[in-house]
Amino acid sequence: MIQLQQVERDFEVGDETVRALAEVNLEIPDGDYLSVMGPSGSGKSTLLNVIGLLDRPTRGEYILDHTPTTTLGEEQRAALRREHIGFVFQAFHLVARLSAAENIALPMVLAGIAPAERQRRVQEVLQSLALSDRASHRPDQLSGGQRQRVAIGRAIVMRPGLLLADEPTGNLDQHSGQEVVELLEQLNGEGITLIVVTHDAAIGRRARRRIRMLDGRIDSDEREDAPA
Amino acid sequence: MRLPDLLALTTRSIIEARTRTLLMLLAMSIGVASVVLLTALGEGARRYVVGEFEQLGTDLLIMLPGRTETTGGPPPLFGQTPRDLTIADAMALLRDPNILRVAPISVGNAPVSHASLEREVTIVGSTRDFFPIRRIQVGVGRQLPDIPADRQSNVIVLGAALKKELFGRHNPLGRWVRVNDRRFRVIGVLAPGGESLGTDLGEMAIIPVASAQALFNSPSLFRVLIQASAKEDIEAARQAAIRIIRLRHDGEDDVTLISQDAMLGTFDRILRALTYTVSGIAAISLAVAGILIMNVMLVAVSQRVPEIGLLKALGGSERQVLRLFLTEAILLAGAGASIGILLSGLAILLVNQLYPAFPFAAPLWAPVAAVAVALSAGLVFGVLPARRAARLNPVQALSGR
Repeated sequence: MIQLQQVERDFEVGDETVRALAEVNLEIPDGDYLSVMGPSGSGKSTLLNVIGLLDRPTRGEYILDHTPTTTLGEEQRAALRREHIGFVFQAFHLVARLSAAENIALPMVLAGIAPAERQRRVQEVLQSLALSDRASHRPDQLSGGQRQRVAIGRAIVMRPGLLLADEPTGNLDQHSGQEVVELLEQLNGEGITLIVVTHDAAIGRRARRRIRMLDGRIDSDEREDAPA
Repeated sequence: MRLPDLLALTTRSIIEARTRTLLMLLAMSIGVASVVLLTALGEGARRYVVGEFEQLGTDLLIMLPGRTETTGGPPPLFGQTPRDLTIADAMALLRDPNILRVAPISVGNAPVSHASLEREVTIVGSTRDFFPIRRIQVGVGRQLPDIPADRQSNVIVLGAALKKELFGRHNPLGRWVRVNDRRFRVIGVLAPGGESLGTDLGEMAIIPVASAQALFNSPSLFRVLIQASAKEDIEAARQAAIRIIRLRHDGEDDVTLISQDAMLGTFDRILRALTYTVSGIAAISLAVAGILIMNVMLVAVSQRVPEIGLLKALGGSERQVLRLFLTEAILLAGAGASIGILLSGLAILLVNQLYPAFPFAAPLWAPVAAVAVALSAGLVFGVLPARRAARLNPVQALSGR
C-alpha cells in the first residue's frame, strides 16, 4: 500500500526554484498495475524516485506499507529499499565486471544473505527468467533483452512488494521490449505492485490504471478493469 | 554486508581498474620503501660508528698524562706535566680489584728496515695485555712475551701490511729487523684487515713498552689503557685509578681519564637523531604518496558514480558505500606497503652483497612504522573520496550527471 499525501518536490536550479512535483495525492493498493505517462519534465521520474525512496519529498508525507518515510534516516530508508522495492532502469545499470548471476545476487550481498541461500535464490530467478544458460555471461556478452531480464531478476530477487520500472523498454527493439513488458506483467500477475514510467503510449495503455502527469501535477488518473 | 563479500567485491573492482591500481601501488610502495631504506642508511651509519667504538671495548678507560685546567678545552693529548706518567704508575693500577687489565703505551715514529727495505712506521710500545684490551688478533706467531712491563726485550710484532712490504711472501718469524739503531727479532704478525677509528693497524709495529721508552728516550707514557673487570665497574675503576695516581703523585691530580663509553654515547645520540630526521623526511614522502592515493580515489569515485547510484538503489546504505571505498583504499595501501617492504628488503640484501663492510640494515621499527603510516594514509586519504561517494544522490548518480 502506497500513500502520497500532498507531496511536493522542489529543485534549486541556479537561483530559481523549480517545482517538479506539486500537490500530489496518490493511493496505490497492493498488486496494482500502474503506468505513469506525460511529456518530458512533467515530473514522472521524480515521482518514481520519491516512491522508490531514492528522493525525499520537500513537503508532504509518503507512507509505504503503513510506515511514514519522510522522517526516516538514511540507513532505514536504505533498508526499506532493500526489502520492499525493486528497480528496473532504462539503461539496465548492470555492473559490467560481474556475471549475470553475480549481478542478480548483488542486492542479497548488500543485505548480507549467506552465500548458499544466495546461490539457491539466484538459480530460482534465472530459471524463471529462462536465463539459466547465461548465468556466467557478462553483460557485454548478452543481448539487450537479456540484459533487461537480468536487471529484472536483480530487482525481484529480494522478493519486494513493489517493482518500479523507469522506461524499461526505452533501449530495446520492438520484440525484446514486448518480451520485457510481458515478463513485468507476469510478475504483476503473481502479486507484485508494478509501476511503469514510459513515453510509449502503447505500453502505457496496457496498465489497469493510467496516470498522466503535467507540470508536476497529476493531470488525469484513469482506471480500467483488466480485460481478464 | 558480510566481510568476505565486502572483500570479494573490493578485490574485483581493484583488479578491474588496472591502471589506477598500478599507479596507487607504485606510489605506496615507493613511499614505504624510501622510509625503510633511508632509515636503514641512518641506522647503518650509527651501527658502523658504534661498531668502531666497540672494537675498542666499552669497558675501557684511557688515562692521559696532564690535566685540563679549565672546563671546555680538549684533553691534552700530548700533555706536558712536571711529573711523568710512568710504567710503575700504570702497573700500580692493577692493585685495584675493579681493574682487570692495564696496558701502558708509548708511541713514536721510527724507520723499520730489513735488508735494503725501509719503512717509516708508528711504533707502539706496550705489554702483552695490549692485545686483549684492543682486541687485536695475531695472524702468525706470538703476541708480546709475558715479561714484567719494565723489562726490555728485543722482540717485535709487525702489522700485516708492514710485513708484506718488508718480507713480501717470505716467512718473517725469527728474522731480525732494524728499528733506528736497534735490532729486534720478529715474533709475530698481526691478522690483516684490522682498523680501529681510522688507525691502520697494518702499518705499525708493536714492541715491549720498556724497549720503546729506551728507543724514543722518553720516560713518560703516551697513555695508559685501563680495562675494568666489567662494564658496571667502570666508574669504580675510574675512581680507583684517580686515587692511586694521586697517592703516587704527591696528592696531585695530574692525569685525565676518558671513558670510551661516554664518547660512544655521544656519537650514538647524534646518529640516532640523524636517523630520526632522515626517517621524518621519508615519512613526508609517504604522506605525499597518501595524497596521491586520495587523488586517484577521487577520480575513481567520479568514474564510478553510476555504480554507486546503483548500489544505493539496490538497498546499499551510505555506510556500506563508505565501507566499500575505505576497504578499497586500505587494501591498496596495504598491498602497496607490502610491495614496498619487499623492495626495500631486496635493496638491503643487494647493498649488503655489494658492500659487506657497511652494516646497512633497517631497524625493526622502520618497516612497522612505514606500514602503519601507509595504512593510516590510506585510511585518512580514503575517507574524503569515500564520503563523497557515499553522499551521492542516487538519482543524479544513476543518470550519470
